[in-house]
Amino acid sequence: MSKKERIVAAIENGTVIDHIPAEKTYEVANLLKISEIDTPVTIGSNYISKKLGKKGIIKVEDKYFSDAEISQLSVVAHRVVLNIIHDYEVVEKKTVTLPDRLLGIVKCNNPKCITNNEPMSTYFTVVDKLSPHPELRCRYCDKVQDIDKVELCK
Amino acid sequence: MTFGRNFGKKCLTLHQIVKKAYFSIMKEQDFVTIADLSKEEIMYLLEMAKEFELHPNREILKGRVVATLFFEPSTRTRLSFETAANRLGARVIGFSDAKVTSATKGETLKDTILMVSNYADVIVMRHHIEGAAQYASEIAPVPIVNAGDGAHMHPSQCLLDLYSIYKTQGTLDNLNIYLVGDLKYGRTVHSLITAMRHFNPTFHFVAPKELAMPDEYKTYCKDHGITFEEHTDFNEEVIKDADILYMTRVQKERFSDLMEYERVKNVYILKRDMLCKAKDNMRILHPLPRVNEIAYDVDDDPHAYYIQQAGNGLFAREAIFCHTLGITLEDVRNDKTII
Repeated sequence: MSKKERIVAAIENGTVIDHIPAEKTYEVANLLKISEIDTPVTIGSNYISKKLGKKGIIKVEDKYFSDAEISQLSVVAHRVVLNIIHDYEVVEKKTVTLPDRLLGIVKCNNPKCITNNEPMSTYFTVVDKLSPHPELRCRYCDKVQDIDKVELCK
Repeated sequence: MTFGRNFGKKCLTLHQIVKKAYFSIMKEQDFVTIADLSKEEIMYLLEMAKEFELHPNREILKGRVVATLFFEPSTRTRLSFETAANRLGARVIGFSDAKVTSATKGETLKDTILMVSNYADVIVMRHHIEGAAQYASEIAPVPIVNAGDGAHMHPSQCLLDLYSIYKTQGTLDNLNIYLVGDLKYGRTVHSLITAMRHFNPTFHFVAPKELAMPDEYKTYCKDHGITFEEHTDFNEEVIKDADILYMTRVQKERFSDLMEYERVKNVYILKRDMLCKAKDNMRILHPLPRVNEIAYDVDDDPHAYYIQQAGNGLFAREAIFCHTLGITLEDVRNDKTII
């Protein structure tokens, strides 16, 4: 493991979220409810990144996120990497990939869609998920929306 | 033959799994969209409609109760569904105005649908909210027929359009179909494009720039190898090769620029003298209501077909009822209840 990686991952146990697009760092922190966590947390932004230009990193000690929490991340930052740390070692790297479907995560931006008019979950299928700008198609009204412009369900 | 398309690609709740199992035994199914029907499935339904045209009055649905829930007003669609149910021996309950229902008290669609499911064997619903029928189909234990959900889908209209084309042309294959008027908001023309993808059509989109066919449907045509041409002129030369001339209404409220509306409002009116070069087999369709986009003297021209088209809605909807209730084409052909 290189010195650079050790600096980033220098916590004993917990999760290091890496490769967050810099402008999404605080959105990711909000989504993961970082402010409610009572273990030590470090949020860093605007690190130089070869892949992203500038990136954010969030380190959370003694905390591991569920798959449901991770899948939410994929909507705002679909290339992030979660490093799972045990005893200062990266034991697992989880890549956040967009699932084929998003249930109850994103709001439909069509005000006439049934999901905005009934107490129910939204349901989107991901169109062309390997593209740099994947789109989401609402299962109910069929409207397609840009993943970079979505609003999350409350 | 069962289609079962509504359960192909989704995560199912326990309720939906139970419904799916029940439907697969009873061969019942929802009729929510026509977009994903295969060529065989479309032809199957058209053949069934043809049987009902031969013998529209039967008792094949005797003892069944059909609910027609019209949360939004409609004349033709509601009357045609109710006539179809009555002519097949079913009894009809329902409402034609959401104002007389508990929806005005704040009842959710879910509660209304579940309540009515206690009474009826099949629910026909029209709603102004997009995706309402799909949602209803996911929660209702009985089949849901979509009679229009806002600007989204109107599959029974599409089926009767296809039946009208099939009946007048003898085929759905290789036709020149001209879509005229409001191609931007008209859900019937959009549905027709998707349903015709199996039949190698050539489309001509005739519309003012403000109401031109949206890019997503032009992309759809390209992706599915459908040839199309666009026109802003509308005259006898433009339409002379048409097999089907599908007229729609240019609505004033769709224009952001009223000057533009004034400029184009008379351009997309079909007049009888424009039919002088039309092919003999050409037929004029219109989903109705017509306001002024077809001059009244066209009604007497042999190319006019829009009133008969609305009549075909009865046979198409009789087919839809039987299909949703698990009655097959074979059952219809062997039916002993013909009156």
